[in-house]
Amino acid sequence: MEGTFRINGRHELLEFSERATLLQVLRDNGHQEVKEGCAEGQCGSCLVLLDGRLVNSCQVFAAAAVNREITTVQGLGTIHAPHAIQEALVEVGAVQCGFCTPGMVMAAYYLLRHHPDPSEKEIRRALDGNLCRCTGYTKIIEGIRLAARRMRQA
Amino acid sequence: MTEYQSIGKAEKKIDGLSLATGTGRFTADFTADQILHLALCYSPHAHALIRAVDLSPLEEMDGVVDVFYHANVPRILHSTAGQGYPEPSPYDAVLFDHKVRFVGDRVAMVAAETREIARAAAQRIQVDYEMLEPVFDPVAALADGPQVAAEDAHAVIPAVYRPEENLAAQVEIQVGNPDAELAVAEFVERHDYETQYAAHCALEPHAVLATFDENGRLVIITSTQVPFHARRIVSRLLQLPPGRVRIVKPRIGGGFGGKQEVFLEPLAALAALKHGRPARLVLSRREVFRSSRTRHPMQIRMSTGVGKDGRITALTMDAVMNTGAYGSHALTVLSNAGSKVLPLLNKIEHLRFFGRSAYTNLPVGGAYRGYGATQGYFALGQQVDIITRRTGQDILKFYKTWHIKSGETSPVFEALGEGKAGVGQIIRSCTLSECIDRGAAALDWYAKRDRHLPAGKDRVKGVGMAVAMQGSGIPRVDMASAAMKLNEDGSFNLHVGATDLGTGSDTILAQIAAEVLQVDLERIVVLSSDTDLTPFDTGAYASSTTYVSGNAVRLCAESLREKIVDVAGAMLQQDPAGLHLRRNGVQDADGTRKLTIAEIAACSLYRQNQVQLQAQASFVGDESPPPFIAQFAEVDVDIRTGRVVVTRFVSAVDCGQPIHPRLAEGQVEGAVVNGISYALCEEMLFDQRGRTTNASFWDYKIFTAADIPELVTILVESHEETGPFGAKSVGEIAINGPLPAIANAIVDAVGVRLFRAPFTQERVFRALEEKRRREAAGGP
Repeated sequence: MEGTFRINGRHELLEFSERATLLQVLRDNGHQEVKEGCAEGQCGSCLVLLDGRLVNSCQVFAAAAVNREITTVQGLGTIHAPHAIQEALVEVGAVQCGFCTPGMVMAAYYLLRHHPDPSEKEIRRALDGNLCRCTGYTKIIEGIRLAARRMRQA
Repeated sequence: MTEYQSIGKAEKKIDGLSLATGTGRFTADFTADQILHLALCYSPHAHALIRAVDLSPLEEMDGVVDVFYHANVPRILHSTAGQGYPEPSPYDAVLFDHKVRFVGDRVAMVAAETREIARAAAQRIQVDYEMLEPVFDPVAALADGPQVAAEDAHAVIPAVYRPEENLAAQVEIQVGNPDAELAVAEFVERHDYETQYAAHCALEPHAVLATFDENGRLVIITSTQVPFHARRIVSRLLQLPPGRVRIVKPRIGGGFGGKQEVFLEPLAALAALKHGRPARLVLSRREVFRSSRTRHPMQIRMSTGVGKDGRITALTMDAVMNTGAYGSHALTVLSNAGSKVLPLLNKIEHLRFFGRSAYTNLPVGGAYRGYGATQGYFALGQQVDIITRRTGQDILKFYKTWHIKSGETSPVFEALGEGKAGVGQIIRSCTLSECIDRGAAALDWYAKRDRHLPAGKDRVKGVGMAVAMQGSGIPRVDMASAAMKLNEDGSFNLHVGATDLGTGSDTILAQIAAEVLQVDLERIVVLSSDTDLTPFDTGAYASSTTYVSGNAVRLCAESLREKIVDVAGAMLQQDPAGLHLRRNGVQDADGTRKLTIAEIAACSLYRQNQVQLQAQASFVGDESPPPFIAQFAEVDVDIRTGRVVVTRFVSAVDCGQPIHPRLAEGQVEGAVVNGISYALCEEMLFDQRGRTTNASFWDYKIFTAADIPELVTILVESHEETGPFGAKSVGEIAINGPLPAIANAIVDAVGVRLFRAPFTQERVFRALEEKRRREAAGGP
């Protein structure tokens, strides 16, 4: 199959098999910033925005995402122009191995867009679909609070 | 206190932004042209001989390139444990065997044009098995179980190894005469403790890409904790000189011991070499659960004799460890259950540790954060609670009285090391008593202990604590090296063999170099873990990096500092003895004559007595200074349902001078949450045929952000004179406390003691039922 995806604001014409997931198609086409931790929708490493909705890209057929808007972590910020969430996570020491971080950033972004001033409980609930084995989550929560504060002031 | 410019500061982790933006690359993110995709075919049986492998169903499949199995791969015995050489783990593994030893043991590997074809083909291989009787219980395996290991399996160090009895390792040490002391004790507490099979759950699944450089040399990009051991093991199995193999470690998505195992690299190398094409093997999450490595389950019978004055007079540990189908780390994890546990209460004069590791037909044990100490502290931490409760002693005072202190030693250090005799040492830094006090204050211990405070309908609060130590590398075994050079802008390249798994070791090693050279951290450009470009390091395990690799970096930077000062002296025509480094430059005592590092570099590279200013150093520890920790759990127990919720968890840790406090806290917090999750819900489960029944994150539940308690982490500083800037290691220790502290807290809340982990709702419920029955019958 073939289809056009709008990925991080750019139109990309990609070939894929009909059973391919969005995750596979993204990773096979240079978007390795989207990580594969379980491919079963349980770890949150592959989160992207699909038309603004947060989805595990391993649980979406690529065919279903054709002609739609996909935002990966690189669409939010890059190493040369990072997003406030990415900066805050680094500052508080919330990035250890960093494998879960792109997914965490997406979940945090989605939360803060809808709840600019979340309580700690709301942050925890928003991250419930994201596994991390390194940090114990405390510094991730702290980083998201810091980012929220900065984003509200900006 | 010394004022440092980088040590102890919240520097930004140097790869942090790269990772947070998805720029940092992990093994599976690397691609190559003409890649061969690999997939494994696994045994569905726990114990069987392979009579025949039928590949005919693959013949009509497009895109299948090759199949590797026992008939076409050389049979070379080795250990997959990525340890020093010669390995303390037995040589009992081959790449593919004609016998399978657990459900998930590998039978064959398919190389194909796509990952999908490779996986489909691996499923279609027809294997004719002759079933053998399996054995799952380690005690039964040792008693009269069928032999699990290969006939020709053997140990490569002098060690007790009797595969015909399923004895993968045996360790015995004795100090004094514990049996005589137990016989005359006022009372003896003897209990059986049991810990479970657990999975590492690093978020990045194991992955490897074997490819070639322009000269046809093998380059292996791999998700490993031990690049240099991987080079050695791959070279031997592929019968190549190590100089023909380059191992590159990119960013690693967590290890926790699971990637101290060299079990995929040789397979990818095998396919790549045979076909002259890059070959990639990436495990699925289910494969990681079923076929990689686990935490060894352990059964420990602990006996303690207690005197009239309430002190412990004798202590014995009898341990049986299940190493599963292969003896990876079978000797050393077992040893650590004694060597990292028994020295803590060093005034006990009569001790024995007797341990055996048993082969069974279950998944393979391996290194896992804590490395046996976690299993051992489950027993010791509860035993101390039992004794202090029985004798009416304050457990905090008990620990403070009897724990090992600065200037003291334990005979266990010398008697028991990693699978052999250890190295005697005197403790030089220990602020454990302060850890106990500060942790207790943070939890408000005395206001909560023995109070059974209500926590809502049918819920009761309890608090418990435990104390532990670990080590900082393996003394006189672990070796680390560093090399540095100065560039013309005053920046430095720091090349280390040390392996950053996400721990932040690249950052803290750069901080150590920056501190010695008195330059900004941004000037240190780190390259780590590439066997071509960086000097040797045994790898990231045994809590060795901060202490062992950190000392290598310190020595290297100090050596380079001398050379810089010498050049500066020549430039200033001044005695170098009066010069020192400060703020990215060199100056004399009163700061009137100074040069920038960049000026010195430019002069030495281009103008005068031209030379590349560079240095290298290696370090081997003569001792392994233990970090110490006191951990406190507060729980709510539902007396109706048995549900345990940890509401607060305090850790007060002495890791010497923290190089980077936030990263040190991160090590503690990560280990604590892993430990709480292990204590309450994590357990690999098997059906009666030995099949893992919960091989996914759906069924093997680990804690998420929604589950965690309030975590309090206190870094109680000490100064370890042998460590870099006073530092000790901190990677593992914090996983040792949750199991006993939570068990003790459950006792405090509802009076039932769990001797088997994890403390699932069902187990606690049954224990409460049992207690109610006993009380109804008028018993204790």
